[in-house]
Amino acid sequence: MNTKVNLCGIEIDNPIIPASGTFGFGYEFAELYDINMLGTFSFKGTTLDARFGNPTPRIAEVTGGMLNAVGLQNPGVDWIISDELPKLRRVFNKPVMANVSGFSLDEYVETVRRLDTQSDIGWFEINISCPNVHGGGMSFGTSPEMAQTVTRAVRKVTKKPIIIKLSPNVTDIVSIAKACEAGGADGVSLINTLMGMRIDLKRRKPVIANKTGGFSGPAIKPVAVRMIYQVYDAVKIPIVGMGGVATAEDVIELMLAGATAVEVGAENLVNPYACRDIILDLPRAMEKYGIKSLSEIIGGAH
Amino acid sequence: MKDSIFTVISNEKIAKNTYECVLEGDTSHITAPGQFVNIKLDGFYLRRPISVCDVEGDRLTIIYKVVGDGTEKMSKAEKGEKWLTLTGLGNGYDLTKSGDSPLLIGGGAGVPPMYLLCRKLVAEGKAPTVILGFNTEDEVFYKERFESLGVKVIVATADGSMGVKGFVTDAMRGLSYSYFYTCGPEPMLKAIYNASESDGQFSFEERMGCGFGACMGCTCKTKYGNKRICRDGPVLEKEEIVW
Repeated sequence: MNTKVNLCGIEIDNPIIPASGTFGFGYEFAELYDINMLGTFSFKGTTLDARFGNPTPRIAEVTGGMLNAVGLQNPGVDWIISDELPKLRRVFNKPVMANVSGFSLDEYVETVRRLDTQSDIGWFEINISCPNVHGGGMSFGTSPEMAQTVTRAVRKVTKKPIIIKLSPNVTDIVSIAKACEAGGADGVSLINTLMGMRIDLKRRKPVIANKTGGFSGPAIKPVAVRMIYQVYDAVKIPIVGMGGVATAEDVIELMLAGATAVEVGAENLVNPYACRDIILDLPRAMEKYGIKSLSEIIGGAH
Repeated sequence: MKDSIFTVISNEKIAKNTYECVLEGDTSHITAPGQFVNIKLDGFYLRRPISVCDVEGDRLTIIYKVVGDGTEKMSKAEKGEKWLTLTGLGNGYDLTKSGDSPLLIGGGAGVPPMYLLCRKLVAEGKAPTVILGFNTEDEVFYKERFESLGVKVIVATADGSMGVKGFVTDAMRGLSYSYFYTCGPEPMLKAIYNASESDGQFSFEERMGCGFGACMGCTCKTKYGNKRICRDGPVLEKEEIVW
């Protein structure tokens, strides 16, 4: 059985990729299992300057998932290059996916330009869809024009594959995916979290300090499958699918919808072995559904 | 950190909305008082972080307060029920700084971690004094358990229905101690921070996502930069705390 897929010109052993923000820089998980078994992973969302993120509480539970409003806490690109990446190299020897966010066009460009010097970065995942920050993040991902402007700008400073991470909190995700493709993106990843809210009945206030948070977990999978399916019909570049993936069957479902690779997010937080378990379980699920090679089923539901 | 199955041995109400649950499983990753475990319950997406009250051999004791649907479900668990449990989470208390006569201050759901801490300190030949703070008498638990360790126990209740009338800081007045350890609601921690005359360690509570340092859901600011309550805490030193 063959689990290999080609993601924007780089072959990966399997399509399983821990999603940014649920896997830190890998060390916590490397204590539990050999993270080299992953296809790759998308590291913690990186911005030009260090960010504390939002006040706490940042987390709320919902039926079938959770809300988070971390707000892009990270130590900034220079620290990540000087401290996090050298530590990561000790536990991970495959190309890694660098997840980049920004609050201005210049910030996206400068962060990518600095990270581009790092040879172990295989792909850039450009996050234009963070729902938890104000004045940046998702505001770049809600119009096709802005999405294309960001794509063109980062395209100029790196030859590595660029994957644009899209927001589901839009009227027409297809037009945004097409705009990214036309702007020179090598791939798109979807879906980021859905914007949600919970209210504490005792305090009569939102549970999360930021009021709104990104909704993720198994409950959002049908939205992801639908959007991946629609985007697959409209673009030629690979899609990294994500949204509620918790099992090998979920991986197959997103690939049939059109995903070349699949990110696992919230599930890492409730089961730190989630990605390992899915990878080890893939051969069983492939056998069950008569799949010899995973790359053959991409978009198979169309 | 280890994820393994724990079996419920007993699960009994010991005070108002408060349950003591003894679990059996692999406790080898629990290395310090003040650490916590994260329990997966059927029907709930996130786990429930609960502090370690005591550990001996393969027995783990936790005490939890029913505050929502998850702990409500826990309270209904019967002997033999199995919970997938992450153990060995958090830094725990540093006992090396205690001095000979440390003060242990637990408030409400912050009382349980004081028990293992107290037991360990006594085993090291230290003479701790324990202050247990509650709102009312019907919430009081573990007073006798602490006393059976041979330590001085002072109970404070906000309504005066048992022990000192007032807050734990009222019970602290006039006591001399080499160092202190505390766990409880944040307003109590802040009051102790201001009232205390020695150095000490504070255990904080926060809504968590993962409980093991991956999601940055429970970050706080300290004098030495951002810390994750679940991984770099829950215990912080007095001198590093930024309120």
